[in-house]
Amino acid sequence: MSKISRRKFLAGSVAGGAAVMMTPAKKALAAGSFEGFPDGMGVLVDFTRCVGCRTCEAACNKEQNLPAPAKPFDDYSVFDEIHHGQPRRPTSKAYTVVNRYETKEEGPVFRKIQCNHCNEPACLTSCFVNAYTKTPEGAVIYNSKVCVGCRNCMIACPFHIPGYTYESVINPVIKKCIFCYDTRLKEGRPPACVESCPQQVMTFGKRAELMNIAHERMRKNPEKYVDHIYGEKEVGGTGWFYISGVPFEELGFDTHLPKEPIINNVKDFLAVVPMVLAIWPALFTGFHLLATKGKSHGHGDDHSHGEEGH
Amino acid sequence: MVRAGRQLITGLGVLLLSAVLAVGCFAMDDFPDEVEIDSLANLYDGVVFDHAMHVDMTENCADCHHHTTGTGVVDEYCAKCHDGAEDGDTVACQDCHSANPVSPENFHSTPEAYSYHDDKPNLKAAYHLNCVGCHQDVGGPTGCEDCHAKTDAGEKYYHSGEYAPKQDPHQAAHH
Repeated sequence: MSKISRRKFLAGSVAGGAAVMMTPAKKALAAGSFEGFPDGMGVLVDFTRCVGCRTCEAACNKEQNLPAPAKPFDDYSVFDEIHHGQPRRPTSKAYTVVNRYETKEEGPVFRKIQCNHCNEPACLTSCFVNAYTKTPEGAVIYNSKVCVGCRNCMIACPFHIPGYTYESVINPVIKKCIFCYDTRLKEGRPPACVESCPQQVMTFGKRAELMNIAHERMRKNPEKYVDHIYGEKEVGGTGWFYISGVPFEELGFDTHLPKEPIINNVKDFLAVVPMVLAIWPALFTGFHLLATKGKSHGHGDDHSHGEEGH
Repeated sequence: MVRAGRQLITGLGVLLLSAVLAVGCFAMDDFPDEVEIDSLANLYDGVVFDHAMHVDMTENCADCHHHTTGTGVVDEYCAKCHDGAEDGDTVACQDCHSANPVSPENFHSTPEAYSYHDDKPNLKAAYHLNCVGCHQDVGGPTGCEDCHAKTDAGEKYYHSGEYAPKQDPHQAAHH
């Protein structure tokens, strides 16, 4: 191998590596500024209105043809249930649940839990078979036909939403709230839970418009609400977002989530991977060659050193 | 004949006057004693609302009716415009609150910028927010079936009563 060809090889590798490095960096920038589809629908959830009647749970069960519940939907003993040290959470058989939280100022406050339909869903970015889709209408849906049941999304979801059909031995899959996409949202209708609610805890509309309404409610009644809209900024913004009369941590919300989408945690790292793969072999080959090049002269040095010793 | 005619006129006059007075008095308490709220009945039966009892309990019609009954509004926010001098043409909840939960008029009273009547609860929510909100404050009944009985369709919907799940201890232990 001549010296010239080696130099050409090194130069080419570095240029290639730089090109590879630039491409994902640009993509990462574009993805980070994505704030949801402009006309995406959302739901504003106002916990000051919820009385814990569980009608939304019944509505979801009917709409999604879910299996019969273990207890009737007007049985309020479920609020005392603790599973593995935690209150109830959505499962493959119940895409939404209402829990009761004892708070310092307001006494019992009820909170409905379901998929938040993130602007940049972590479940979607974690899925290696592309089972998840964020639709322009705002729903995060999934294709259970391609789901291989790896459960990456369950770990990725910052809200612990996706449920798993553990009972299915042959083909276990993920199941979660899909914003009633197939039966309602696609046609512009609100999800079943929203429509069923007697207290209009949930308001359905364009996410951007609902955000204004949330801010207006808080402006008109500053003493009624804590000054925070959970989901406005969390993990890059969520389609469903919340206003409350008590601090969100008292309702079991994770208030330490980043403002950026979860994918941003790994995006920088992932952008480095191609660079490492492309540049490091060339770079260290270069170092090695430089090191071995020095060796041929090194004999002379050794000799001179040896001579000095004499 | 003349005398009889005069008597008749006087009689009619008195009758007319008393009728006017009666209407005048009635106008001040022109409310029904009972209101049957059943336009949305489905999972639950309608409610026979004891309006007279609630009138006795409250000091101000505006506690429930905003400004539409001509009494001063309770909400400071509404009082900015509605000082109580004006009677509404209508006072029934459903005249302003849409039974359609996703009617665009719930969002925007006018298509322009945000204005005061935006974000209006739908009819079902207007009833419940009004009733339950007050009942919570004064210790009135707040359970669903304290006010209206569940229908057969409702029991089916909630998987309760006749349609309640069979007690299966194994299933109950799991979730």
